Amino acid sequence: MQQDILVSASGLCRDYGRHRAVSDISLQLRRGEVLGLLGPNGAGKTTTLRMLTGCLGPSAGRVAIGGHCMQTAPEAAKTLLGYLPEIPPLHKELTVSEFLEFCARLHGLRGATVATAVSKALSACGLNTVSRQIIGSLSKGYQQRVGLAQAIVHEPPVIILDEPTVGLDPNQMRQIRTLITHLAGNHAIILSSHILSEVQAVCDRVAIMSNGRIIFDGALQTLDQTGDGPVIYLGLRRPPALRTLAEVDGVTGVEALAGYRFRLNLAKDCDPRETLAQRAAEAGWGLFELREERRSLEEIFVELTA
Amino acid sequence: MSVTLTIARHELRRYFASPLAWACLGVVQLILGVVFWLLLAEFASAHDMSVQVGVAEFVGGGLFGFSTIILLLIIPLLTMRSFAEERQSGSLELLLASAAPLHAIILGKYLGMLSFLGLLLMLIAAMPLSLLLGTPLDLGLLAAGLLGLGLLMAAFSAAGLFVSSLTSQPIVAAVGSFGLLLLLWLLQVASASGGTVAQLAEYLSLLSHFEQFRRGLFDTSDLCYYLLFSASFLSLTGLRLAWERNA
Repeated sequence: MQQDILVSASGLCRDYGRHRAVSDISLQLRRGEVLGLLGPNGAGKTTTLRMLTGCLGPSAGRVAIGGHCMQTAPEAAKTLLGYLPEIPPLHKELTVSEFLEFCARLHGLRGATVATAVSKALSACGLNTVSRQIIGSLSKGYQQRVGLAQAIVHEPPVIILDEPTVGLDPNQMRQIRTLITHLAGNHAIILSSHILSEVQAVCDRVAIMSNGRIIFDGALQTLDQTGDGPVIYLGLRRPPALRTLAEVDGVTGVEALAGYRFRLNLAKDCDPRETLAQRAAEAGWGLFELREERRSLEEIFVELTA
Repeated sequence: MSVTLTIARHELRRYFASPLAWACLGVVQLILGVVFWLLLAEFASAHDMSVQVGVAEFVGGGLFGFSTIILLLIIPLLTMRSFAEERQSGSLELLLASAAPLHAIILGKYLGMLSFLGLLLMLIAAMPLSLLLGTPLDLGLLAAGLLGLGLLMAAFSAAGLFVSSLTSQPIVAAVGSFGLLLLLWLLQVASASGGTVAQLAEYLSLLSHFEQFRRGLFDTSDLCYYLLFSASFLSLTGLRLAWERNA
């Protein structure tokens, strides 16, 4: 199991002058995991990713990729990496296949494997039809795909993508997501984003960053259980006193809303809906609405990063 | 080593994929062609002068001397692409995140640049050599001049590469390299005043070492000067990139 930890960072800090952009970040990623790095702009996502890829040296802490330390054995570590920065690093005066060929060689592929790797990356990213076009003449979506192809051309076990779908139209976004899901099987993928639905769609684990720190790191499902518990919205034509509602088992707080509606805050792992329905029927409260609301990732995100 | 060559080949290909390289080659060739023709006309009309100067020295040397001015103008425009422009467009990350070590990146870019300038050197050499059709030439003198010009290109490129690594603005890189090269060039003027400072200025000047080559004099100390000059600026570039990663 130890061998399967592909990315391991511990105590990463990064200072820009006096400003500490990232402080004390520790991360571990196994093969097959897709980690979504979430955070508002300026939270330190890009800085963290640049440190993980060796583009930026950390002020403190260490990074190891596949067991190779980025500080002492950068070449061995970087061979295992594919990185798509926020702005795709493209040489726009070249054609797509010329550029990818260079990337394959740059990452150490030689001889006949170069052509195979390039054609694989071209078809994986849906670039076959434009392989002979100059990159600069392609649309933003295609350029982004070339950037992605560049990151996977040498089939690295670790793929790091910094906002891979920014500036794409919904169809292109979906294609990129499909591709990422496709790659997920035997790679470790980190992708940063501030688009929450994207993270929900492709990641099985999220790390939320705020002010240079990771404030949540865990499976998507466990995110629901952080912070406040679930909430029930209740609509009653003939409501009883608020106190009566507050006394129901599992209800921690009651708030009256407009139009005979109430919001009940619940303790964790409690579901008093059945009890409420029963009591409403017995006492003739005139129940017309009863629904539990799970908080969306967006609400949790706002709550954690605000 | 093979990564270095991969980068060098890629850089050379990029030069020719952009109009800049073609424009540089075309403009330089046009200007030097005119200069060559003027020198030749001057030599032909004044060949009965009392001072004995051969055609190789007069036309070849004159042409090489003029080439240095053109190189001073165009090399900063070529080196500004290598780091400043790549940093601005974000494509430098491609190299920084790759397994290629820093020295391979710098040497690769340098070699790519020198290959391009080598081609320019061949085009320049072709002009005086074309005179072989009509007259014997002092080939040793021309060879020394070309070697000097090549070394000057290497030195200019190394300094330009360093300035390019300092900034993310291509234009600033171009202006900065031009300023640095012109300053090192002008030390020649300072050396005219006499005294110890003047001797030092003369030694440091990029041009005074070239003068020897141009006159057909091959001196290993001049060769060493250019090699040391280039190596120093390449090392500085390496330090600068390493610093950028860690500071």
